[in-house]
Amino acid sequence: MRRTVGALLAKDLAVELRTRESVPAMALFSVTTYVIFHFGLDRDRIDGDLASGVLWVTVLFAAILGVNRLFVAEHEQGGFDGFLLAPVDRTALLVAKALGLFCYLCVVEVVAVPAFVVLLLGPGPGQALPELVLVLAAANAGIAIVGTLVAALAIQTRARDLIVPLVALPLLVPVVLAAAEATTPLFLQEGAEALPARWLAVLGLYDLLFALIAYAVFDFLLED
Amino acid sequence: MSTALALVFFFAPLDADQGFVQKIFYVHVPMGIVALCGFVAGGIFAIMHLRSGDPRWDMRSYVAIHLAIVLAVGVLVTGSIWARASWGHWWVWDEPMLVSFLIVFLLYATYTPLRFSIEDKEKQARYASVFAIVAGAFVPLNFAAVRMAQNFVHPETLGTTTGGMPDKMLLTFFVALVGMTLLFITLWKFEMAAKHARFRLRALRRSLAGEDEFVPIGRSAAPGL
Repeated sequence: MRRTVGALLAKDLAVELRTRESVPAMALFSVTTYVIFHFGLDRDRIDGDLASGVLWVTVLFAAILGVNRLFVAEHEQGGFDGFLLAPVDRTALLVAKALGLFCYLCVVEVVAVPAFVVLLLGPGPGQALPELVLVLAAANAGIAIVGTLVAALAIQTRARDLIVPLVALPLLVPVVLAAAEATTPLFLQEGAEALPARWLAVLGLYDLLFALIAYAVFDFLLED
Repeated sequence: MSTALALVFFFAPLDADQGFVQKIFYVHVPMGIVALCGFVAGGIFAIMHLRSGDPRWDMRSYVAIHLAIVLAVGVLVTGSIWARASWGHWWVWDEPMLVSFLIVFLLYATYTPLRFSIEDKEKQARYASVFAIVAGAFVPLNFAAVRMAQNFVHPETLGTTTGGMPDKMLLTFFVALVGMTLLFITLWKFEMAAKHARFRLRALRRSLAGEDEFVPIGRSAAPGL
């Protein structure tokens, strides 16, 4: 199981490194979105709940781009058949894809969050960085799990690009909500406050629950 | 259901500050509860479908979710009317019930397009079931999350039954709830019967047409459903 996941993950990361299909587009998209928010809100600097909302909406939409592309190579080039022929646990594909998406999101945020601080955030990066990383990781895990599930669901449909955002966005509303609430005190103008543990707990619970659901239903998405 | 309507109009006392409009509550709240239960039931049927592989469970799940979507539209419309009458706005964002219901509705609104965009019948049933399970599990989770996010402004009619509602209103409400549940079940059964009849008819037609055009070999090849 672990070796299978490792092999699949290495394959995905190698493909992404060579083709550079998803991550650069996602990063570019998020920076563009900040510019759009700047003009849409007509504000030079934002802080508090507005800042955290802008950050999370941007991350979410950038993630949707990655989710859209997640299984395209498998679908178009027969990777599913190859995987199904191999005598390995099917859950390995779910784990590998979710980990891959998690890595993409982390790399995108390495670009997107500093860009956010430079372009829009009123108070400086400050001392709240460890807490912010914690929230980002928890939310990334949720987005990665749900995103993988939705991508696997949508890849067989004719209207893949439509189905992914339509299904994923409502499912991810609790993630955005909890993450935005959790990071609001970090972006306050008068200095960061303590991270509300309650919201982190909600994120963790959401991750756990959807990991279990995804584990339970993923096999049925691959049967052919 | 008609008993419930009679009670609503003649038995239940008028609300002190909302007056006649408050009566929409007896339609709106049971409808909402039944719609959510319908979504969850669709998820449970979908679990049965994936476990047994029997297409009839998929049909049950589909019909339940379909009806619940119709009820959900009713809930949103009556809820808006009620909100307009009692709070003065068509839509109130700081109301966890409204927001979470809207999210659930938006999610389930993609159920039909999802089914529609998968051509292979068997695959369509399986994917729709996966969606129904995920979404069915999402319903209570979403309500919990949204409720946590906002202050609770809804009159807690069920949580605090001792102080919330007078007995007469409570009785009417429960009759309305039972009536709505029965209505849902009846509609569900009716729709199932109609679907079965349509499939039988189609199968018969196909075998008849086959008889005209070809030598009748596949006469008994009608699909089981």
